[in-house]
Amino acid sequence: MARALDAATAPHGIDRYIELVSPTWSTTEVRGRIVGVVRQTSNTVTLTVEANRNWHGFVAGQYTQLTVEIDGVRHTRCYSMATSATASGRQFELTVKAHPNGLVSNHLVSRARPGMVVGLTPAQGDFTLPGQRPERVLLISGGSGITPVLSMLRTLCAEGHSGPVTFVHYCLTAGDLTYGAELSDIASRHPNVRVIKIFTDEPGAGDFDGFVSVAQLDAIDASWRQAETYMCGPAPLMSAAAAIYAEADLGIRLHTEAFTLSQWIAEAPDVSGAIRFTGSGTEVRSDGRTILDQAEGAGLTPKSGCRMGICHSCICPLVSGTVRNVVTGVVTADRGQDIQICINAPVGDVEIDL
Amino acid sequence: MPIPLPVEISEEALDELGRELDHIYDSTIADLGAADERYIRRLIKAQRSLALGSRLVMLAGAAVRGRARQPSPGRRASSRMIGGVSMIGLGVAKIVENMEIGHNVMHGQWDWMRDPDINSVTWEWDNVCPSDQWKHGHNVVHHTWTNVMGKDRDIGYEIMRVTPKQPWNPVYLAQPVYNTLLGWLFEWGVGVHETDFNKLLKGTAQDRADQLQSLKATGAKAARQVAKDYVLWPALAGSAFVSVLVPNVGANLIRNLWSYMIIFCGHFPQGVYVFDEADVEGETRARWYVRQLLGSANIKGGAAFHLLSGNLDHQIEHHLFPDMPSNRYQRVAPRVKALCSRYGLPYNSASLSRQFGTTTLKIWRYSLPGGTDVSIDRDRVAS
Repeated sequence: MARALDAATAPHGIDRYIELVSPTWSTTEVRGRIVGVVRQTSNTVTLTVEANRNWHGFVAGQYTQLTVEIDGVRHTRCYSMATSATASGRQFELTVKAHPNGLVSNHLVSRARPGMVVGLTPAQGDFTLPGQRPERVLLISGGSGITPVLSMLRTLCAEGHSGPVTFVHYCLTAGDLTYGAELSDIASRHPNVRVIKIFTDEPGAGDFDGFVSVAQLDAIDASWRQAETYMCGPAPLMSAAAAIYAEADLGIRLHTEAFTLSQWIAEAPDVSGAIRFTGSGTEVRSDGRTILDQAEGAGLTPKSGCRMGICHSCICPLVSGTVRNVVTGVVTADRGQDIQICINAPVGDVEIDL
Repeated sequence: MPIPLPVEISEEALDELGRELDHIYDSTIADLGAADERYIRRLIKAQRSLALGSRLVMLAGAAVRGRARQPSPGRRASSRMIGGVSMIGLGVAKIVENMEIGHNVMHGQWDWMRDPDINSVTWEWDNVCPSDQWKHGHNVVHHTWTNVMGKDRDIGYEIMRVTPKQPWNPVYLAQPVYNTLLGWLFEWGVGVHETDFNKLLKGTAQDRADQLQSLKATGAKAARQVAKDYVLWPALAGSAFVSVLVPNVGANLIRNLWSYMIIFCGHFPQGVYVFDEADVEGETRARWYVRQLLGSANIKGGAAFHLLSGNLDHQIEHHLFPDMPSNRYQRVAPRVKALCSRYGLPYNSASLSRQFGTTTLKIWRYSLPGGTDVSIDRDRVAS
């Protein structure tokens, strides 16, 4: 049936006609509609998303790639589901914090409204609780890294997990705390759950002061060394905690999810760096020429045409890093974006799918 | 040796012209946003609705005719009228899909939106020519080497003599006939254009294998197109198969004739320049621009004409900026024209009847040996 419909609607396929009726209808793609918008703090937004039928749930700790359109251009970022994974249905919650240079996060915090349609991917990521729940769990989060870890806490509570769970959350001030009331409520209703709030810029306001340290962990939970630890937060917290666990020879107990702040974009033309062609595994030192020239210099034979930016034959996805269009000067650092390699030169280290 | 120019322009002035054209491009690209995105999305939505709607009306027309072997004259007349209207609807939908949407999406004009479905990499159009073949023959070969003899395979599409620079041979005597035939079967001409029949018949083993593969790809795409238009949809009408088949054939013919006419007006009208390979050796970007300008022709028309011609009535702007979204050509045209006027360069823009008329006259004239070269068409120099 689906094949007959695709043949009758060739070359575009049936989905391209179904979406004329409703923007979230699709036979294959995962899309969602925002049905709830709550702004818990001045610079965050908590979205309730209802996905279409192609959404098949998630495991606590996983994320989805959310796509929005800003000034006509699609942008995709990863956001972790914050809801309990035991909840049935296709609704889930995401909390987004506006970062100073974050295009998508600022857009969502200021513009998200019920009815907005967003692109999604099936849940992905291996930062998850094991099927056999650990007896003792330590959850650590910082700032907007709270979402996957909160999903784990909510899931454990919903399952009636009886082992001790310690939830430690770091944020700058009490005013930056999201889910404060719910965390207190969970702690009061579940005797096995302890919630620790630490406000690093506001000494005396939280349960503990200062950044993560062995002494602080000892004070929070004397048996933290015996717990399986799940952590998500900004880079300084992650690296400090990783060092503590490595020092204590507990690296195997620490499970982390890195979340990057806004993509770093080089300010000045920087020709030094390496180009890695991920498809072929080739790597060269950049000499500042266009990626096409350098790929050919490295013995690769990428598809190309006009070599002047008009024919779009040579486009390849940017895997990581920053490139600069030598014709227009436009700088791009969006992962997965197609770039014309004949008129783009690397800025610092880049990876190209070639 | 650089390309011949119709007026004296110093190297410095040429470079300045190049920078001014760069500026028109850069400022337009920087200004792209939600309004442009809405334009293409609404257009695609309208086009798909028209295509689907026309097909459903076509089926309704077949139902009106009924199952009777001898329907009443009244029923037959209404069925034919509905069939005719839906045929025009589907024909227009196909024109818009191929020209204002498909051709321009495949140029990468809408890649900036980063929508994986409206993208030069993924777009497949409603035409028997596979999109990857089209993108090579058109975007790479034709747009890079516009009107360069021996490089651009679109000069007379390898089968016609459209300039006295092409040596005459007796086959060209028949070109007024096969030119007309090409108009009716245009989509099929486009479908096999990327296949080099010289290489297929007389080339090396590798050449023959390559060309055969290209022909096979066209065959596979054509099979899908034929199955859709001439089998699947007519089959939905059951015994009234023919009442749906006929308007499908008609819709494809409408699209063929219209796109043939518009596309032939792009580079063949009187006043368009043709270049030699030696002209473009070491060509600068500024001279590349001038070549695009001298080698292309615009057609005058209104808003509906812009849409139905896929904005190829702005062929000059399209050739200067092939990946600029087509809805912007109308706005940059006065700036391009003003530049031409300032530098004394021709800006070949005229009515459809003049452009198509001189194109057809050239095809007739150059079917015979000889003919004079196009020099400066003084009437068309912007002033």
